[in-house]
Amino acid sequence: MGLYILRRCAMMAPVLFGVTIIVFLVISLVPGDPAKAILGTFATPENVAQVRHDLGLDQSLPVQYLIWIAHVLRGDLGRSYILHKPVLDEVLERLGPTLLLAGTALVLASVVGVLLGVAAAVRQNAWQDKIITIIVLIGISTPSFWLGILMIFWFGVRLAWLPVGGMREMFGGGGLLDTLRHLVLPACVLAAVAGAVLVRLTRGAMLEILRQDYVRTARAKGLSERRVIYRHAFRNAIVGIIPVIGLEAGYVLGGAVYIETVFQWPGVGRMLVSAISTRDILLVQGGVLIVAAAYVVLNLLADIVQSLLDPRIRQA
Amino acid sequence: MSVATGASAAVEPAKSGRPTAWRLLTQNRVATFGLVLLGAIVIVAIAAPILPLSDPAVTDLAHRLRPPFTAGHILGTDQVGRDILSRLVWGTRLSLAVGVTAAFAAAAIGSMIGLVAAFYGGLADTLLMRGVDMLMAFPYLLLALAIVAALGPGLFNAMLAIIIVNIPFFARGVRGGTLSIVHADFMAAARLSGLSDWRIVTSELLPNVLPGIVIGVSTTIGWMILETAGLSFLGLGAQPPQADLGGMLGEGRNLVQVAPHVATIPGLVILALAIGVNLVGDGLRDALDPKLKSGGLARVHAQTAAAARGERQKLLTLPGEEARLPIAVRGLETHFAIGREIYLAVNGVSFAVRPGESLGLVGESGSGKTVTALSIAGLVATPPGRIVGGEILHHGEDLVGAPLSRLQTIRGGRIAYVFQDPQTTLNPLIPVGEQIAESIRRHQGLGRAEAMRRAIGIMDSVRIADAASRARSYPHELSGGQRQRIGVAMALANDPEVIIADEPTTALDVTTQAQVLTLLNDLRRARGAALVFISHDFGVIAEVCDNVHVMYGGRIVESGKVADVLARPMHPYTQRLLACVPKLGQPNRQILPIEGLPPAANALPAGCAFAPRCDLAESRCRTGAIALAEVGEERFVRCIRVSAT
Repeated sequence: MGLYILRRCAMMAPVLFGVTIIVFLVISLVPGDPAKAILGTFATPENVAQVRHDLGLDQSLPVQYLIWIAHVLRGDLGRSYILHKPVLDEVLERLGPTLLLAGTALVLASVVGVLLGVAAAVRQNAWQDKIITIIVLIGISTPSFWLGILMIFWFGVRLAWLPVGGMREMFGGGGLLDTLRHLVLPACVLAAVAGAVLVRLTRGAMLEILRQDYVRTARAKGLSERRVIYRHAFRNAIVGIIPVIGLEAGYVLGGAVYIETVFQWPGVGRMLVSAISTRDILLVQGGVLIVAAAYVVLNLLADIVQSLLDPRIRQA
Repeated sequence: MSVATGASAAVEPAKSGRPTAWRLLTQNRVATFGLVLLGAIVIVAIAAPILPLSDPAVTDLAHRLRPPFTAGHILGTDQVGRDILSRLVWGTRLSLAVGVTAAFAAAAIGSMIGLVAAFYGGLADTLLMRGVDMLMAFPYLLLALAIVAALGPGLFNAMLAIIIVNIPFFARGVRGGTLSIVHADFMAAARLSGLSDWRIVTSELLPNVLPGIVIGVSTTIGWMILETAGLSFLGLGAQPPQADLGGMLGEGRNLVQVAPHVATIPGLVILALAIGVNLVGDGLRDALDPKLKSGGLARVHAQTAAAARGERQKLLTLPGEEARLPIAVRGLETHFAIGREIYLAVNGVSFAVRPGESLGLVGESGSGKTVTALSIAGLVATPPGRIVGGEILHHGEDLVGAPLSRLQTIRGGRIAYVFQDPQTTLNPLIPVGEQIAESIRRHQGLGRAEAMRRAIGIMDSVRIADAASRARSYPHELSGGQRQRIGVAMALANDPEVIIADEPTTALDVTTQAQVLTLLNDLRRARGAALVFISHDFGVIAEVCDNVHVMYGGRIVESGKVADVLARPMHPYTQRLLACVPKLGQPNRQILPIEGLPPAANALPAGCAFAPRCDLAESRCRTGAIALAEVGEERFVRCIRVSAT
């Protein structure tokens, strides 16, 4: 078991390496001179040269990468030219709210999604299944940013039950209850689409597994349907679903960009959008890198949980 | 490719052939609804230039934020007085164009990468797929944001970003699909015939992976529309005054308190568009993916469906002696309804199992022996299986259509099964000891620890060395022979009256076969359990069974004491079957295979099912039903020639 986790962690290294390469490459593809883009049209040639040197742009691409990665490994992601502060500080400050939002949404989506998926499979073609199928179809077809706006309109404006945004700082001022009140709407909206995908997946996986020979064996032993479905079928289904929940983490981390924008949530996503419009390239780079790293770690966790449930993976 | 058609001829519907994908799609009511919805939106979008719409760019500040149904503006106006309906139609046009272009571009590039990687393998494969893996390590949207950040906001750049992040999906899928056929025979033939790589890829590979690509496009196009709309919503896609649906939503976002319709309406259109695309995509996938056809993913019920008692029993006499036997099968008919075809798997089978008796069911695959065995405890998968005739008496109690709770008491308790392939019939995630103990707890109401103690005892008796520690092993940690010993232990766990063993040793190697077989037979005899033993192998039957029923085409064609049947087979099929068995000490004995294939269960011939393959068949054999005639003590044969003499 420990060996599997170690090996799986070791496998993470090349993935993280790949992530840094892509982030680096994408940003160095910026057309034109990033130094000029940063400084604007009125920059003096000295300023441009200085910034180019600061960014290491006077070096070849592989050297630039090495310089950059050396800095990254020391925790130096550069400075935001707009905010005049280190990128890492800015990103870490906003990572908490993003992880809170995305994590809540992911847990919500997983629990509700898997439960509804099992319910739909067990009641295949009954009215429960049909209703769930319709909800899922709407779920996967709804733009989350639009759903967010509708929620704000109904629950925030019309009914005025919940705040519609304006959370400045996590755990600032209002305390835990205030944070939760701010969290409810955006987390639910973000969970809706991810959850819909999981309902589909779970339903399909359950139906597939209920056809397996070992389910017939369980029935041949005279076990109750409850036991057949939950102990024998569900357990096997969930093993296949957990890695997908890991992938869904990528969806909620990405989708958080919309939701944070709509609900003015002080997270990395909203920061990225404004950094893109102000051409604050280093901030974008740092934000994307950190969130991608968080995603890689979440996937690792999903794999470890999967191996806890499936002895075949542990020993492979 | 002709190989596949030959092998599946027995199962495939004989005449109608496969319905076309289009027909399957339009037969699907839900998909048709999606098609109509999507079609309507697409037509309006294409027709935008000729529709009587006002100019979407003309502002009119005096009439800004008019609600819907205002004169001249059916859907109202936006924050600068532009007509929302007109902007909506033009915006839809733009969103659709971008989404469709992105989907096709991503599919084309990704598929090409996947094809090349799988076709050339080696270094090309490694490099391409590692690149793809790198892209996949990112949260989808975040990568798109990074690309837009680098290239700068704008609709084209946003589309480019969406294309790039979707390439891995297609590359992976197509690579997987290609790998599975790249080593097929017809590929080797194409290579040997000297075709260029390009020709092989385009003429041999592409047609085979195309359905997968079509499914991929149809299931991702909705995402791409949503995601490009999302980027525009964030202000990173379409730039004002140009607006796609996402851009319109973004502009309306801040007006939600004063004029909710400005944001609501474009959102509704995106929703409708995505629903249409998704419905068509699902329909297409169902139509193109053979596994999903004919209810291939229908939920298997806990109990085989059965016709009402009155319908099943019409032709039967009242049970006599049979009412006291552990199992008496009378006139059993089990059918499978797949699509519009009805497969008559079991077609009026009757036999009885006496206490302690060992009974063999023998026949080729497809003869209905397994379905007969599974019917007894209602374990035939429904759908598509259904017991339409006959009854199965357990001490006079009809098990067909019995309440599930009653059946559950009998399953594993009075009637236990040993299945064929222990690799797939044991739950991979539960230690084997627990899988046995579970059955003991269910039927003997024991506590966890006591049940486990007994399970270990039974594992001991099936001669699993070091049973106590083996009980904690998972199935994959055991050898095939050990796994089947677990299967036997599971069946013996509650001292059943009858053990039904369905080809229990077929998946094992020959030496293990003999051991498991002897073990099963010795233990069940010691415990006084009857055995129903199913096999295609007369040799094995001869070793284990007292009596035998030979099955063909879902019917019993001959039965009697094993020694009698072996010594004097009377049905031509039995004779031919025995001629196929090699005998020890007779190396020169000629083995005569039976020409032809067993009849398809949806196209059984009238009269004798074996007639088409029988050398002795006459015209009489092909007309009416032929009765199972008694020709001696406990000796029955279903053949015109025998009953006549």
